[in-house]
Amino acid sequence: MDPSTKLTKEIEVLKQVLPLITSHKDRNSVSQVCKDFYHVERCSRTKVFIGNCYAVSPEMVARRFPNIRSVTLKGKPRFADFNLVPENWGADVHSWLVVFAEFYPFLEELRLKRMTVSDASLEFLATSFTEFRALSLSSCDGFSTDGLEAIATHCKALTELDIQENDIDDVSGDWLSCFPEDFASLEVLNFSSLNTDVSFDVLEDLVCRCKSLRVLKVNKNISLEQLQRLLVWTPQLIELGTGSFNQELVPRQFQMLESAFDNCKNLSTISGLWEATSQNLAALYPVSARLSFLNLSYANLQSSALAELLAHCSNLRRLWVLDTVEDKGLEAVGSCCPFLEELRVFPAGPFDQDMDYGVTESGLVAVSNGCRRLKYVLYFCMQMTNDAVATVVQNCPDFTHFRLCIMNPSQPDYLTNEPMDEAFGAVVKNCTNLERLSLSGLLTDLTFEYIGKYAKKLEILSVAFAGSSDLGMQQVLEGCPMLRKLEIRDCPFGDAALLSGLDKYESMRSLWMSTCNLTMTGCKELAKERPRLNVEVIKDEETDEETDKVYVYRSLAGPRSDAPPFVVSL
Amino acid sequence: MSLQTEEKAPTMETNKGLNLKATELRLGLPGSESPERNNSEEKDGKSGYSHLVTSGAKRVFSDTINGGSGKWVFSGNAGSDGEVAQNGALFSPRGGAKILGGGGAESNIVKESVVSVPEKKKDQAAPHAAKTQVVGWPPIRSFRKNSMAINPPKNDSDAEEKLNSGCLYVKVSMDGAPYLRKVDLKTYSSYFELSSGLEKMFSCFTIGQCTSHGATARDGLSESRLVDLLHGSEYVLTYEDKDGDWMLVGDVPWNMFTETCKRMRIMKSCDATGLAPRAMEKCRNRN
Repeated sequence: MDPSTKLTKEIEVLKQVLPLITSHKDRNSVSQVCKDFYHVERCSRTKVFIGNCYAVSPEMVARRFPNIRSVTLKGKPRFADFNLVPENWGADVHSWLVVFAEFYPFLEELRLKRMTVSDASLEFLATSFTEFRALSLSSCDGFSTDGLEAIATHCKALTELDIQENDIDDVSGDWLSCFPEDFASLEVLNFSSLNTDVSFDVLEDLVCRCKSLRVLKVNKNISLEQLQRLLVWTPQLIELGTGSFNQELVPRQFQMLESAFDNCKNLSTISGLWEATSQNLAALYPVSARLSFLNLSYANLQSSALAELLAHCSNLRRLWVLDTVEDKGLEAVGSCCPFLEELRVFPAGPFDQDMDYGVTESGLVAVSNGCRRLKYVLYFCMQMTNDAVATVVQNCPDFTHFRLCIMNPSQPDYLTNEPMDEAFGAVVKNCTNLERLSLSGLLTDLTFEYIGKYAKKLEILSVAFAGSSDLGMQQVLEGCPMLRKLEIRDCPFGDAALLSGLDKYESMRSLWMSTCNLTMTGCKELAKERPRLNVEVIKDEETDEETDKVYVYRSLAGPRSDAPPFVVSL
Repeated sequence: MSLQTEEKAPTMETNKGLNLKATELRLGLPGSESPERNNSEEKDGKSGYSHLVTSGAKRVFSDTINGGSGKWVFSGNAGSDGEVAQNGALFSPRGGAKILGGGGAESNIVKESVVSVPEKKKDQAAPHAAKTQVVGWPPIRSFRKNSMAINPPKNDSDAEEKLNSGCLYVKVSMDGAPYLRKVDLKTYSSYFELSSGLEKMFSCFTIGQCTSHGATARDGLSESRLVDLLHGSEYVLTYEDKDGDWMLVGDVPWNMFTETCKRMRIMKSCDATGLAPRAMEKCRNRN
């Protein structure tokens, strides 16, 4: 068989196989095999993931991928979630929409995270794409409920409307009433983070019509009684976000609620549960054994209430709670949920003056004793010790995500007064599959030496108030081959540290450094040596620190053309 | 910018002659602590985290906010000593860094971000103050922070006071300024403090430039000029309330203001005509 015939056959096989390959990482690999594979892949790709909206231009995307139906776009650096990125920084979706309208008129899905989206953009979206089906907005800003009205009014084929934790103007709940009366295609509806009232009658009608609804997350203005009425129409629900869960129910109402839950045979996720009382939580018992994800992070539960509930939730894989449950509540987690893979403990009152509750190292140890399959932990605590963390990772060596937040910055081991270096050393030594790590507590360069030496699969590292010298950052940059995102704040890393990553940054998505020791000299040097990186300095007008915030990322699109005056591209 | 407003405020010394001892910020050399500071911590009785505060003086040096309402304690890094600002006044979190100059690979930087504490907070009976807060720490998203502010964790007799926990960010825009700022209303307890905070935040727009190291804010001349600008003829402070109406700031009691204010705007006086009467009307209608 001559080579060209062989290749043709391979291409034929590839064309058959490609529709089954959906992961963008796999597709990227396929496209790198040879030019022919590249061309076959690019024409057959229907979903594109763009992790940094400034890494590439919309025109470039359209040129390469002619047949896209689904786009995921991420914008601002993650620290924007914590008010570290000024308003009007950028990541406006509009220019993308304009290009999509021209090249992807049949676009069906748009998933945005940390982008700025205006009402005008939402209207443009709703009216430009006749097949549009799914909109997901997470941590976005710039729009109001008026924009949602446009979506509800015009998107006749909508199956998904997922509004998560955005910074928006919540003007009114009228948007829900904008769905046409015969509209029945919704499968996912999440408006849990909106604060205004929607018309319950409209909601009930909508939910009743949408027989394929599998995810329903309402906001806390929906009462328990109303929830029960909704559940009657949605026995097929897989994920439920309740409204307020603290209404006092008479026995008959409670029974109706309990039986409504019982009818939901496919329910595996429950969230919402605002201000849940333990009496009302008992209504969940019929479905508790089936639950794989329980999000109690908006329910101020005490330890006993949590223990009562968890006694019924033996199959739980993911649990989010508030630290009001305290160590005692976490002991219950350890004893009731042996299959637990993910635990997140959020602080209920991190800024509370008289905070005398919260979780400590013993809570985490208790969980690790009972939940040996733990892979993901996010833990906000008041105190921690090196020994406790070492015990935790010995019990649970499978961690892929270890995010520890000791809430007092730079706090040492409270028993020994030593830095927390050994804690994170134990994490990286024991957890060979570690992908994501967030540090806290008093840390010297030794922590970073450990990370550079052992964390060979680390992809995301978050550092705050840590390190002693440039060497720390350097060791991470040199030692972690799979590092993609590095975000640093308030650390003593200077120009030398920055420049030690000269050969590294193009293999990463981005680097963020704020309130470190960078100077304009170092940043300019980096920009000069690596023209394919965008080196952006965000000027902090208060302190006149030119290099208070530096954001470095690889880009094919060159320096930003839409940068506001306080963002300087070097 | 959505930075905490007073995060980098020089000290309360710049405020108009009120008792500032209680809230004076100090920066000590490694291993040292001013006796006064220790006393006030004990007196305060609010030792919620004090047992958690690092006491290993030989390894770290720390600074707490006088007046005892500071809960976030910053430790310098273990190891070498660092140079600190000689005058002891902390005016920016990077003060130390600048003095050390660039390229201090071995140097030990104190990262201090402090909030000037409203002076009333010495009084135990008053609703508790905002804690010393660092921007974006602990790393919790705004949605969660704002939710927690509305739903206090404990239902005990102090629930009333605890309602003040959390943050209440509102956007502040200024006519002519290129971008918005965000302030946390919970960190103020009076219009006076709000006004001072805003003056400091927006001073560089009206003055035209910032000179180095926050000298703008410490320079009495530029401040008083800004005071004139805000309180005099050029600008007025307005806010949008829950009903969507724009009102002059200062007409309603402070607590009512924080509950109803959605966002603020520093307007040129000439654009603000007609606001005052409506504000009074609304007040009357409410009562």
